[in-house]
Amino acid sequence: MSLMKSLMGAAAAVALTAGAALAEPALIFDLGGKFDKSFNEAAFNGAQRWADETGGSFREIELQSEAQREQALRRFADAGANPVITMGFAMADPLSTVAPDYPDTKFVVVDVTWLDAPNIRQIGFAEHEGSYLVGMLAAMASKSGTVGFVGGMDVPLIRHFGCGYAQGAKAVNPDIKIVANMTGTTPAAWNDPVKGSELTKAQISQGADVIYAAAGGTGVGVLQTAADEGVLSIGVDSNQNHLHPGKVLTSMLKRVDVAVYEAMKAGADVETGVFVLGLAEDGVGYALDENNEALVTDDMKSSVDEARQKIIDGELEVVSYYENDSCPALKF
Amino acid sequence: MEFLTVIQILDSTIRLATPLLLACLAGLYSERAGIFDIGLEGKMLMSAFFSAAVAALTGSVWLGLLAGIASSLALAGLHGLASITFRGNQLISGVAVNFLAAGMTVLVAQDWFQQGGRTPSLFGQGRFESAEFPLAIGPKDSEATGRPVSELMAETNILHQVYSELFSGHSILVYVAFLAVPVTWWVLFRTRFGLRLRAVGENPAAVDTAGVSVVGLRYAAVAICGVLCGIAGAYLATALQAGFVKDMTAGRGFIALAALIFAKWRPWHAMGACLLFGLLQAVALRFQNIDLGGVVIPVQVMDALPYVLTVVILAGFVGKAIPPRAGGEPYVKER
Repeated sequence: MSLMKSLMGAAAAVALTAGAALAEPALIFDLGGKFDKSFNEAAFNGAQRWADETGGSFREIELQSEAQREQALRRFADAGANPVITMGFAMADPLSTVAPDYPDTKFVVVDVTWLDAPNIRQIGFAEHEGSYLVGMLAAMASKSGTVGFVGGMDVPLIRHFGCGYAQGAKAVNPDIKIVANMTGTTPAAWNDPVKGSELTKAQISQGADVIYAAAGGTGVGVLQTAADEGVLSIGVDSNQNHLHPGKVLTSMLKRVDVAVYEAMKAGADVETGVFVLGLAEDGVGYALDENNEALVTDDMKSSVDEARQKIIDGELEVVSYYENDSCPALKF
Repeated sequence: MEFLTVIQILDSTIRLATPLLLACLAGLYSERAGIFDIGLEGKMLMSAFFSAAVAALTGSVWLGLLAGIASSLALAGLHGLASITFRGNQLISGVAVNFLAAGMTVLVAQDWFQQGGRTPSLFGQGRFESAEFPLAIGPKDSEATGRPVSELMAETNILHQVYSELFSGHSILVYVAFLAVPVTWWVLFRTRFGLRLRAVGENPAAVDTAGVSVVGLRYAAVAICGVLCGIAGAYLATALQAGFVKDMTAGRGFIALAALIFAKWRPWHAMGACLLFGLLQAVALRFQNIDLGGVVIPVQVMDALPYVLTVVILAGFVGKAIPPRAGGEPYVKER
């Protein structure tokens, strides 16, 4: 009997360790899709880097509709995935329902910072700081004194981008005109390059000669049209300078890849709580590589780097759109 | 508002109305022959993908256009097979076409290009260039003088502005679309084929009694619908854009359907309806919130207007929209 007991105990222990070894991380992409060349693709790159370095594997799903959010979360949590990494502000509501049901699973969410649960690592980015820097670059590169902003879906997060951008542009040239448009008010706005193109053409005809796209897949159309029409564009989230070499002024980097990589590296022991990554943590920044080095002069670079240092030191404050749901430099 | 701004909005209207117009005329042929087609969206999407994919692989936009039309025709054939030969429910068949296209395009794109359901960006011969008329202001003048087009445009006179913005500078498919309107009118109302096509949508039994093949006519109509949807999809992916992105039709097939009802199944009216809906989109894109003396119209109102107008028409407030009488009914020969 006791032999039987110990055998069963051993079997149970083996099963347990096997279970622990199976606890691979899971990644849930938002509606923009894994290869949006932007936000979600950055997450995928971070996860891939982790997989390449450690030889581990991760589960993933690309959401196709709003209804799948909660289902995907529960599936992964039930399957023992740990941590479950999710992308985008729209995961906030499903997470707040699902997370309490799985107290032993760690959840990670990017772009959400307001939930109250002990097992969620919430990662926010100070997008307004990064956007401020590219706004300065835009204003310095603009010859017409008009710069443009194309947002995706009209949500506070995207206004947050636009607000930082406008403040940066105004800091360089107080008289600058900023044309800001949103693509739409439904999630389809993240994937409508045709509308992105039309918005870009409309902004160009209003005089804009540098256009910042914070619009997921729609941004592909913005960058394309800007390149076709001979004006500069600014990419977002991932480094998009390579899409049209010499035509993309810079990209506002949001190091989602680093955030995902680090969460996966920490595995099931990932630290929970709210983390906001800004310029000081290198969570945001602007991209400079061989594709755009001819566009960014040394003067532009030094003044932007100076502003960056000031923001880090706290000498310069970029107002966040979230503070009072309005922007001092731009009216939406 | 400046005159040039008006011209620019109208220019944008033409670009946005073109895919609607092609899809709307496609639906017109099909529905006039008694085959309801809510699969316009799916056919456009399929064509958008195959035209972009073949253009990317071969570097020739014309081969891309052919491939797009062929893929759209294949879906049209499927719809025909289900609803004409097998007498299935036309609406369900149309929905199936939409789902099939939404899934297939992304699946095939991922298999061929591994870029997450998109095609590589097209360049050079892989895209439709915009046609530049003689004496019109275009990108070439901008390069020659080193100044932006908008600046050059602002300096010239009104007639020249209209000529350069509205008439010149569009892709060849735009001219094809607008040419298709009188052609459709002529085919439907001035040829024997058109008379029979309309008759088959109103009273197929009479056509059958006259010894004309109902099935043949309906297949012909569905095939024309496939070709036009194919051109519409190719326009989206290879002329307006430089590549395919998943779900890039973004509901345009349904707006075209709304336009078709709005136009009461008539070609010239279809052009009017598509231009109106295109104008609404263009205005919504240019001015986000319109301020009319204190009352702010939010952008959502403009986006919803095509559907609202269609409902108003359907409800019978502005005339009556009567669809072809035999529409939606499979034809069963009396025995």
